[in-house]
Amino acid sequence: MASASGQQHPLGIYLKIWILLFVLSIFSYMVDYFDVQGPMRWTLVLVFMTLKAGFILAIFMHVMWERMALAMTILGPPSILLLLIFFMAIEGNYTESARVQYFGQDANATPLHVSH
Amino acid sequence: MSQTSTIDTQDSNPEGLTGFVKDWSADKQTYNVPWGKAMMWIFLVSDTFIFSCFLVGYMTVRISTAEPWPLATEVFALSFFGSEPIPLILIAIMTFVLITSSGTMALAVNYGYRRDRQKTVWLMVATAALGATFVGMQVFEWSKLIGYGVRPWGNPWGAPQFGSVFYMVTGFHGLHVSAGVIYLLVVARKVWRGDYEKKGYEIVEITGLYWHFVDLVWVFIFAFFYLL
Repeated sequence: MASASGQQHPLGIYLKIWILLFVLSIFSYMVDYFDVQGPMRWTLVLVFMTLKAGFILAIFMHVMWERMALAMTILGPPSILLLLIFFMAIEGNYTESARVQYFGQDANATPLHVSH
Repeated sequence: MSQTSTIDTQDSNPEGLTGFVKDWSADKQTYNVPWGKAMMWIFLVSDTFIFSCFLVGYMTVRISTAEPWPLATEVFALSFFGSEPIPLILIAIMTFVLITSSGTMALAVNYGYRRDRQKTVWLMVATAALGATFVGMQVFEWSKLIGYGVRPWGNPWGAPQFGSVFYMVTGFHGLHVSAGVIYLLVVARKVWRGDYEKKGYEIVEITGLYWHFVDLVWVFIFAFFYLL
């Protein structure tokens, strides 16, 4: 489908995805508004984020309709970042535990509230 | 004759994994797209790595600091006409503005390929205006945080890294939006003049790729910095 004549698709699909992105954004804002906390917050925020990012990439940026050679060039290299995230999370946890253990910092301190 | 040529075109252009192997192994150009679009994608992939470095760096300092992280939901709350502060409302509005601009951009790309120049130009100008609105709101947000005493080296509420991450990440994203607004206006002017009547309107799609990418990055910043 991808050709030199460019990506041409019916208008309807853009409008539907546009509305869907709005709805997903409202949902992710509602997570904060209703103060959902803990693992539920992480799950909901990450699910809505992944869906939004996926729809923008697949439909608005036309990756869904591109040939696999281009799609792999776009999605392949950034997937290596998962490894970086994994390593840096381990490293960060180690640093924090060292600070708590040797500097006597309180890992469970709560931030001060903001006065407007 | 016509049958053989149909079979031939199907064979030389298969979809999926077969096509992937064929595109890379055939003795011809790999990407079946205009060069400008391939180059824009290469740029966007490299830009992905820059933003990822910032976000992974943010994750690392946030995990490694033993000091409490300030509550984004309170920091970015806003009260209207003396009401109770509504949590994170400014950021939510900024998100909606950026998504709206992505929608108008997608329509501009579509009308560009239909060769409806007038609609394309107006949709691109609308996209640029929404982008400028976003940057304006970001300036307001920065000035508010500067007023609260948030600095790259400290803030009144908790971990000092909060300020450095905030100014670095949103600043770099805001720079991308500002550059995108200029890029959009330049291309819109050329579309309006009819510069692309012969060449075709791939340029609108390429500009759109950049603009959607800026929106895409905001999706991640919104989730990781403001919500989590």
